[in-house]
Amino acid sequence: MIKIERRDETSNLIYFLTPVLAIFLTLVTGAIIFYLLGFKPLEALKFFFITPISDLYGLSELLVKATPLCLIAIGLSFCFKSNNWNIGAEGQLTFGGIVGGGVALLFYNHEGFYVLPLIILAGAIGGMIFAMIPAILKIYFNTNEILVSLMLVYISKLLLDYLVVGPWSNPEGFNFPETRQFSESARLPILFEGLRIHAGIFIALFSVFLAWVVLFKTYLGFQIKVSGLSLKTAKYAGFKGKTMILLVFMVSGACAGLAGVGEITGPIGQLHRMISPEYGFTAIIVAFLGRLNPIGIVFASLIVALTYLGAETAQIFLQVPKYTGQVFQGMILFFLLASDFLLFFRIKFLGLKKYEY
Amino acid sequence: MYKNFLRLLASVLLLLGFSINANAEFKVGFVYVGPTGDHGWTYQHDEGRKAVEAAGIKTTYVESVPEGADAERVIRQLAQSGHDLIFTTSFGYMDPTNKVAKDFPNVKFEHATGYKREHSNVSTYSARFYEGRTLLGHMAGKMTKTNVIGYIASFPIPEVIRGINAMTLAAQKVNPNIKTKIVWVFTWYDPGKESEAAQALIDQGADIIMQHTDSTAPVQVAEKAGVWSFGQASDMQRFAPKSILTSIIDDWAPYYVERSIAARDGTWKQQDTWHGLKEGMVAMAPYNSAMGSGLVKEVEKLQKDLASGKAHSFTGPIYDQKGNLLVAEGKVADDGMLAGMSVYVKGVEGDIPK
Amino acid sequence: MNIDINFLGILIGAIMASSVPLILAASGELITERSGVLNLGVEGMMIIGAISGFALMVITDNLFLAIIGSMLSGLLLSFIFGFLTQSLLTNHVATGLALTIFGIGLSAMIGKDFVGIPGKQFPLLFVNLKEAIPFFGPIFFGHSIVFYFAFLLPFGTNYFLKKTKIGLIVRAVGDSPLSAANQGINVLLVRYCCILYGGAMCGLGGAYLSLIYTPQWIENMTAGRGWIALALVVFATWSPLKVLVGAIIFGGITILQLHMQAMGIRIPVQFLSALPYIMTIVVLVIISRDSRKIKLNTPTSLGQIFYKEK
Repeated sequence: MIKIERRDETSNLIYFLTPVLAIFLTLVTGAIIFYLLGFKPLEALKFFFITPISDLYGLSELLVKATPLCLIAIGLSFCFKSNNWNIGAEGQLTFGGIVGGGVALLFYNHEGFYVLPLIILAGAIGGMIFAMIPAILKIYFNTNEILVSLMLVYISKLLLDYLVVGPWSNPEGFNFPETRQFSESARLPILFEGLRIHAGIFIALFSVFLAWVVLFKTYLGFQIKVSGLSLKTAKYAGFKGKTMILLVFMVSGACAGLAGVGEITGPIGQLHRMISPEYGFTAIIVAFLGRLNPIGIVFASLIVALTYLGAETAQIFLQVPKYTGQVFQGMILFFLLASDFLLFFRIKFLGLKKYEY
Repeated sequence: MYKNFLRLLASVLLLLGFSINANAEFKVGFVYVGPTGDHGWTYQHDEGRKAVEAAGIKTTYVESVPEGADAERVIRQLAQSGHDLIFTTSFGYMDPTNKVAKDFPNVKFEHATGYKREHSNVSTYSARFYEGRTLLGHMAGKMTKTNVIGYIASFPIPEVIRGINAMTLAAQKVNPNIKTKIVWVFTWYDPGKESEAAQALIDQGADIIMQHTDSTAPVQVAEKAGVWSFGQASDMQRFAPKSILTSIIDDWAPYYVERSIAARDGTWKQQDTWHGLKEGMVAMAPYNSAMGSGLVKEVEKLQKDLASGKAHSFTGPIYDQKGNLLVAEGKVADDGMLAGMSVYVKGVEGDIPK
Repeated sequence: MNIDINFLGILIGAIMASSVPLILAASGELITERSGVLNLGVEGMMIIGAISGFALMVITDNLFLAIIGSMLSGLLLSFIFGFLTQSLLTNHVATGLALTIFGIGLSAMIGKDFVGIPGKQFPLLFVNLKEAIPFFGPIFFGHSIVFYFAFLLPFGTNYFLKKTKIGLIVRAVGDSPLSAANQGINVLLVRYCCILYGGAMCGLGGAYLSLIYTPQWIENMTAGRGWIALALVVFATWSPLKVLVGAIIFGGITILQLHMQAMGIRIPVQFLSALPYIMTIVVLVIISRDSRKIKLNTPTSLGQIFYKEK
C-alpha cells in the first residue's frame, strides 16, 4: 500500500524541478491529444513550440506577449505570497488602461516628452486604485477578496465598453467602438525597427528586479512571506496585517495597470473593447508556474506566451484548432499543482501490508 | 551598427533553415474574427476561401483572431510565411493591416469593410448589404400583421444604420403604418443575448424579426414563436425552415477568386470595391413560397431593378427624424453620404445610442 | 388591460426561462461551497456540459441521453478538480481557474465538428395551457422539463441542507472539517460527492443553453454565465431559496433592459449589465461586516485546504 507523509522540509531542487516536470507532462499529454486529433504529434509540437520562436520576429513577439503577463504575475506574487487572493488583475489592467487611455486622449494633439510618463503613471495609479477596492472592503468589512476582485473585472470591462462605444469613441471614426489613435508621443518607443518589441519590456524587467530586491533583501519582503505563512505567526510577530493587505493589493494593482497601459501605448495605440485577451487571468497561471518567484515568473511568462503564439502558428501551418492553446495552459497548471504534492508530501510504498485507515 | 548585426543574425537564422516555407508557391491567407462555424459572417468568408482553393490556389486561414494586439502578429506571420495575398475580414483589422502592409510591399492586402488604404498594396472591399435590406423591408411591410418590425442591431456604425434606414424606407413605401423597434445588443455574436433580444421584440408585438448580428439564434427563436424572420450573412434556412422568408447572403467567392487570380498573374491593383446585388456580392437566398407568389414576383422584380440601377435603396425625398431633408426628390443618396450615414431616417423610433 | 396582464406574464416567463442555467449552476456550486470547497471552474464545467449535451444529441438523436451525458461530463471535469484539490491538496482558486481555461479550450476542440448544425426542438410541456390561461399561462406552462427541475431544485436543496442528516453532515464538513473528521465523518468522501454533484449541475446548466435555450453549439456560448452563477451563490448568501430570487433578479435585469430598448427608452445598457456584479459586491459587504450573519450560512472553511494527519 501507499502511505502519504508530510515532508518536514522541502528541498529546493524539487521546488524548481516540479515546473519542469509539469511542462514535460503537458508536452506528453499534448502529443497524445494531437495524435488523437489526427496530427503527427512531433510535427504538431514543433509547430507549436519551436516554429513560433525560430526567427527574430517571433522572438520579439514572444517578448511582446510575455511583457504584460510577467508584469501582472509579479504583482500577483506579492498578493499570493501573503495569502491575498486577488484574481481580478484583468479588471485592474482594464481600469489602468481606461485611466491611462483617458490621459492619452486628453493629450491626443500634444507632443512632448512628458506625455508618455504621465500616461504610464496614470495607468499605474488607475490599476492601483481599482485594486484598493477589494483590499479596503476586506479590511473594513471582512469581505472575500476573491469574489470582490472577480466582480470588479466585469464592472471594469463594461465601463470600458461604455466609454469606447459612447463618450470616448473617435469623433471621426464613424461610431466604430474605438477611440482616436494616440499621438506619437503617447506611444512606447519601439526598440528595433521592423519588430514590435517596445520599451514596455524595460518596465517589466525593472519590476522583476524591484520585486526581487523587495522580496529577498528587505524586511518588508520577509513580512510579506511571514504573513502568508500563518496569520497567527504574523500577528504574534506584531505585523500590521491590515496595512499589509492594502500594500500587496496596491502593488499588484499598479503592476496590472502598468500592463494595461503598456498594451494600449505599445502594440495597440488606442482604446477599444478588446485591450486584453484575458492577460489578467492567464497571469495567475504564470505566477504559479513561476513559483511566485520573480526570476521564475520571467521564465513562466515566456512559456505561457509561447502557448499563445504556438496556437496561432499551429493553425497557420497545420490547421490545428486555435483553442489548443488554452487546453495547454490549463494542463500546465493542472500538472504543476499536482506535482506540488511531491513538494510537501512524500509517498511511501509500504508493500502489500494491510493498510490501516 | 547593431541593426546591421541584427540583420546579419536574421539572415543566418534564415539560412539555417529556421524559417519555414521558403518555397515560392503562390498562397493566399485569410484572417477571421470568429470561428469558421459561426454560420454567419466568418462562415461566408470561409466559403469564399474554399472557392479560391477550388480554383487551384493554396490557402491558409486563422480563425477567432481578436481585434487587439494579436491581429497584427497573425497578419504579419502570414505575410512572413510566404503568403502573397492576405484577406483581413473584420473592421478591427484596419490599422494592423495597414501597418503590416507598410513592411511587406510585395505582399497584397485586402481589408474588408474598412476605409484606410495607406499603402499602394492595400485594397478595401465591402458589400452593399443595404440593397438586400431594401428587399427585406418590402417583404416585412407586406407580411406584417402587427405592423411592428423587430430589429436586432449590433453597433451604431454606418453600415448598421444604413441597413435600418434602407429597411424602414422600403417598408414604409408599402405599408405606411409600420413601426421599427430596435434593440442594440453591442455584440456581433452572442447567441444567448441575440435570442433574448429576439424574444423581447416578439413579446412586444413584433411579428417580423430582422437581425444585424451573426448567429442563427434569432431565426430559431422566431421559428419557435411562429413569426417571420430573415437570415443574415448566409442562408440560414435550415435553422428555421418555416419562419425564414429569405436570407441576405454575403457572397465573397467571386471577388476572392478574381482578386487571387489577379494577384497570382500580377494584374492586381489597389482599389476600393463596394459591390452589391448587381455584381453578386450581395445575393438573396430562395424566397419562401409562404409569402405568396404575387409578393415573390414583386420582390424579384425589385431585386432586378436594384441590380440594374433602375431602383435605388435611398431615393429622395428622404427626411431625417427631425424632418430635415437629407435627399431631395428625384435624387438618390451618393456613396459618400451612404458611407458616413449616422442619423436615422424619419419613421425610425428612438435615438442612436451614443 | 387584459393584454397588459398577459404581457406581464410573458415577460415573467421569459425572465424565468433565462434564469434557468444560472439556477442550475448556482445550486450545484452552492452545495460544493457549503462543503467548504470553492470551485471557480463553473464556467468550464458549464461549457463542457453544453458541448457534450449537444454532441450526444447529434450523435444519438436522443435528448434524454444528451441530458444525462452533459451531467456526466460536467461531473467528470469536476472530478479533475476534486482529485487535485482533495487528494493532492492543491490550491482551490488556481485549480478552479485552470479548470475554466481548460474547459473552454477543450469544448472548442470537441465542438469543432458540431458548429453550424441546427439543434432539435426540445419537447415543451403543457403548451395548451400556456395560451389558455392569461397571465399565469406563460409563466408556468409551455416550458421544458429542465425548467421545472431547475425551479424545484432550490427547494429540494434547501430541504436537503436543513432537514436531512446528510445535509447536516455537508454543512458540518464545510463549517469545521477538523471537528467533523473527529466525529468520524469521512470529510474527503463528503467533499468529493459535493464537488461531483456541483459539476453535474453545472453540466446540466450548460446543456440547457445548447439543447433548449439556443439549440445549437457555438464556441464560448456560455458567455460568462458561469461567473455570474458564482456571483449568485454569494449574492444568495449561500441560501438555496435566495439563489432562486437572485437568479430572477439577474436574469430580469438582462431581459428588462432589452424590453426597455424595444420600447424606445434610452438606457445606459452597460450600466444595467454591470448591476448584478455591483449588487453582489454590495451584498458581500453587508453580509460580511456582521460576523453573526456570516456564521448563519457561510461555510467557514470555504476554500481552505484540509489535510488531516493520519
